[in-house]
Amino acid sequence: MELQTMVTMLAEGFLKSVAIFSLTLIGSLPLGLLVAFGRMSKFKPLQLVVKFYISVMRGTPLMLQLMVVFFGPHYLLHIQTGSDYRFVAVIIGFVLNYAAYFAEIYRGGIESMPVGQYEAAEIMGYSKVHTFVRIILPQVVKRILPSITNEMITLVKDTSLAFAISYAEMFTLAKKIASSQSTLMPFVIAGVFYFIFNYVVAFIMERVEKKMSYYR
Amino acid sequence: MNDILTMKNIQKSFGDLEVIKDISVSIKQGDVLSIIGPSGGGKSTLLRCAAMLETINGGSIAYGDKQAAWTDDNGKVVYAKGKQMKEIKNCFGLVFQNFNLFPHFSVLKNITDAPLRVQKRNKDEVMAEAEVLLDKMGLREKADAYPYQLSGGQQQRVAIARALALKPEILFFDEPTSALDPELTAEVLRVIRQLAEEDMTMGIVTHEMNFARLVSDHLIFIDGGIIVEQGSPDEVLGNPKMERTKAFLNKLEQ
Ligand SMILES: Nc1ncnc2c1ncn2[C@@H]1O[C@H](COP(=O)(O)OP(=O)(O)OP(=O)(O)O)[C@@H](O)[C@H]1O
Ligand SMILES: [Mg+2]
Repeated sequence: MELQTMVTMLAEGFLKSVAIFSLTLIGSLPLGLLVAFGRMSKFKPLQLVVKFYISVMRGTPLMLQLMVVFFGPHYLLHIQTGSDYRFVAVIIGFVLNYAAYFAEIYRGGIESMPVGQYEAAEIMGYSKVHTFVRIILPQVVKRILPSITNEMITLVKDTSLAFAISYAEMFTLAKKIASSQSTLMPFVIAGVFYFIFNYVVAFIMERVEKKMSYYR
Repeated sequence: MNDILTMKNIQKSFGDLEVIKDISVSIKQGDVLSIIGPSGGGKSTLLRCAAMLETINGGSIAYGDKQAAWTDDNGKVVYAKGKQMKEIKNCFGLVFQNFNLFPHFSVLKNITDAPLRVQKRNKDEVMAEAEVLLDKMGLREKADAYPYQLSGGQQQRVAIARALALKPEILFFDEPTSALDPELTAEVLRVIRQLAEEDMTMGIVTHEMNFARLVSDHLIFIDGGIIVEQGSPDEVLGNPKMERTKAFLNKLEQ
């Protein structure tokens, strides 16, 4: 197989990896905030359920979670899943998993805020929602940005775990080509793609961090 | 003159710790009340009860003729709710020892955000007033600065401007200069004195006895959760009657 063909095939897979990455962030960043609220809820049962959810998500392999999401409906519920469910399962699995990690990051950030900020806002008459959205959250985002960047970089590499349910993202394709052609080349090319991807992610996040450095 | 704030028989405990045992105090319109006393005596707690940051366990609080909290027949404390509470919270402002400015807002935004977003007042009017306040605080050139770029004294003056921008009927200060160097202390005290001269109603917890003597109309000495002694600042500071007051003032002089 020609190098160019290989690159073209892998580039197609790469787009799918990017899709997993993007959709996971779009889903898990807001969901993570909701989960963090549940985790910090004063309503004990909710707090316990969410705590359990987070510990399962963080305590078991993402690969296994993907399998459960993909095969679960069929084996557990006897539901016939369509052909495009493979991709849906990947996204559900990733979003649920990353939301748990993001939730803990949000929680850490929110709990690190000095109570004085809440008290000042309360004295000034800000509603609970206003206090959170205008005063607390912007500061929390700045504080947790480095941790979020870390997770994003991990996520770039984690997209390869979709191979566990044979979703045709870049790593799955690289593996297939490598075994059929008996060459290491696809892995090298995939490695370069991942590296460049992460380089871009790190670059963008650095810019975002800089943008938020107008205050301390 | 009318009482702006009336607190009666206030009790406040944290768990088993009875911090305020039974304190009644009121502040008349245009008056300045200073609260002094040893550390841990309950001064901040009293102020925080007045500002609704702490829930009292007994007694009553009223702003003007608006009842904020009262004790019902079963001895349970009831707080005003909803719109009424909102109105009450509009009556007072609080300046913290450590400023608590919003670090992600510029000086100007710290001052204008709540009048615009919370009170939903006219923008031109709010901006014009903010400018006047900044001038008054000597912070005209700092409007676009961020809190971290200011000295402690400047930050505290922004905090005062921020509180004033909401047009409170009464302003509370909890040791407004304790986090500041002596020179910076002077500039903040000057601003508060100016407010006193303009007949702003204030309640001030302070360790600055000379300042308290200058600005206040009434002074209370709190220790162990009760008012040990009160009166005009000259009476209490110049000629204290109680042993505990004398001991406290002597210790300060050393
Ligand atoms: N949230 C709280 N939980 C438990 N105890 C508290 C709390 N806030 C205050 N206390 C206790 O109440 C007592 C009075 O505290 P307060 O802060 O009112 O004293 P203070 O007179 O303002 O002292 P200082 O001059 O040091 O500021 C102290 O013993 C303090 O430890
Ligand atoms: Mg105090």
